[in-house]
Amino acid sequence: MVDLPYTAALENTVEAPRARSGALDFCRREPLGTFGLVLVLIMAVAGLGAEWIAPYSPTANDFAAMTEPPSWAHIMGTDQFGRDLFSRIVFGARTAFIVGFSCALVGGFAGLVLGVASAYFGGRIDTVLQRINDVIMAFPLIILALAVIAVFGSGVFNVILAITIPLIPRCARVVRSSALAIREVPYIDAARACGFGHTRIILRHMVPNVLAPFLIMLTAFVGQAILAEASLSYLGLGVQEPVPAWGLMLQGGAEEYATTAPWIAIFPGVAIALTVFGFSLFGDALRDALDPKLRDR
Amino acid sequence: MYRYIANRVFLVIPTLIGAAVLVFLLMRLIPGDICAIRLGSGGTMADPRAIARCHAELGLDRSLAAQFIDFAWGFVRLDFGVSMWSGKPVAEEIAARLPISLEIALMATVLAIVIAIPLGTISALKQNSWLDHVVRVAAIAGISTPSFWLGIVSILAVLEISNLLFGAPWMPPIDYVPFWQDPLRNLSIAFLPALTVGYRYSAVSMRMTRSAMLEVLREDYIRTARAKGLIEKIVINRHALKNALLPVVTLIGIEFAFLISGLVVTEQVFNINGVGRLFVLAVQNQDYTLTQALVMLTVVTFVFVNLAVDLLYAWLDPRIRFG
Repeated sequence: MVDLPYTAALENTVEAPRARSGALDFCRREPLGTFGLVLVLIMAVAGLGAEWIAPYSPTANDFAAMTEPPSWAHIMGTDQFGRDLFSRIVFGARTAFIVGFSCALVGGFAGLVLGVASAYFGGRIDTVLQRINDVIMAFPLIILALAVIAVFGSGVFNVILAITIPLIPRCARVVRSSALAIREVPYIDAARACGFGHTRIILRHMVPNVLAPFLIMLTAFVGQAILAEASLSYLGLGVQEPVPAWGLMLQGGAEEYATTAPWIAIFPGVAIALTVFGFSLFGDALRDALDPKLRDR
Repeated sequence: MYRYIANRVFLVIPTLIGAAVLVFLLMRLIPGDICAIRLGSGGTMADPRAIARCHAELGLDRSLAAQFIDFAWGFVRLDFGVSMWSGKPVAEEIAARLPISLEIALMATVLAIVIAIPLGTISALKQNSWLDHVVRVAAIAGISTPSFWLGIVSILAVLEISNLLFGAPWMPPIDYVPFWQDPLRNLSIAFLPALTVGYRYSAVSMRMTRSAMLEVLREDYIRTARAKGLIEKIVINRHALKNALLPVVTLIGIEFAFLISGLVVTEQVFNINGVGRLFVLAVQNQDYTLTQALVMLTVVTFVFVNLAVDLLYAWLDPRIRFG
């Protein structure tokens, strides 16, 4: 409970090489997970550096180059308004990551605090929180998101809100089950005996010990949020034009031009699938690496 | 067992009341007056008398508590009110679209079971082989691929293949015909959407089957069965698979209740006039009576399917009912 100066110094000196060897070990043991991480990093870099990577503006129409097939000028072709698909996919990565990470982080952290607090306090607080969780979890993600959008309308912020709300109880439920086991271990009793406050016990002693399932869930949440955003945008109820978003790109001309310009339908879908695939592979590998029971499977 | 059933059934009541309160309050959180929004859509000013009539029709001129009691009691009697968009009873709107959605959901479930259980079992038995890797990657791809995109790509493939084979593109029909009237036409409407939704469903079930089989195959009783000289087929079918399927049955049940989410998007792609498409239209048309009825119906289905799965699980696994 007491932070000794030499312990902190020792941790600082051994942490860097241990992290590096841990990362190398992860890559060696989990090639599929590493591949997933590489996919995610490629998309993240595309989203971050969209201004430098994209050869055209994602919203610039070129009516002289409508539904052009892939060529050197437009490597993924153009859509029905003459917009460069590659540029829209690169900028769409930014929208997907903003929505994905915002939903996962906000929903995940709210769920983490609620789940740990629910397990720590137990009794009536736990019962009430669990019943509220039961109610929200009875709504499938897309259905609750649609209901929230029916109330607040579409747009990036409302989409983030609509996807975040259903993620909170899902995270809280998983975190609570891990935290319930931790609540019974002697160091929590020792922390109470030392007179530490509830906030300190929850944040410093319980939360760090449920981080493994939390991190695994966070990667799954980013993928789920990206898929949900794409679905809502495809339905015309998510991100609105002119914001470049993968789901929205499939809403416009994907079906109408399916036979004459199939690239309009193919590339945005591949971008969504590869990104979520990357997060799923990485999440699975993280679970295998962090769960000793699964490590040798 | 009776105590477990009573406890589990009792838990359904607060969940349903909570969901009803949430749906009711959510629809009342809409900024502004929903009648003014609905009647004045397109930037026009609505007639105050029409707004007052709309308030009276929806019961919005009464207290919040009276409105909630009306909403909950109406739901118990399957009287969901009148659609703000079409003017028809909501129950009628849903009933007309339910058969096709239910058919796609059932077909997707059958497809998922037929694909998931054998592949998941083989994947576990041949752990870390090339077959296992292929099945695992296919399963993760199933979870990652948006069903609406898979729908678009499958339509594209059907068009191209039919064009190649018959010299003219063929599209599945969209107007619903019951199975007993024209089985071929009915199946050609439902098969592609069921396959699209079923792929994701089978991917989730496949992963669960594999992981449950791996868990069971390491149990002592499997080692005992092998040690006493039982042939592998009996060990797998009678001892391993029977026990491994318990969590898979649960997952299949829960995923069935979640199928409505898949249908919302897939029906849009295939232009199928089912409950999922009705949901999207209700939100797009700001039809709040229809939206709240559909949300509530989804929740009720989910809660009762979950209850049935829990009871089935308890019946199959004595550790739960005596735990």
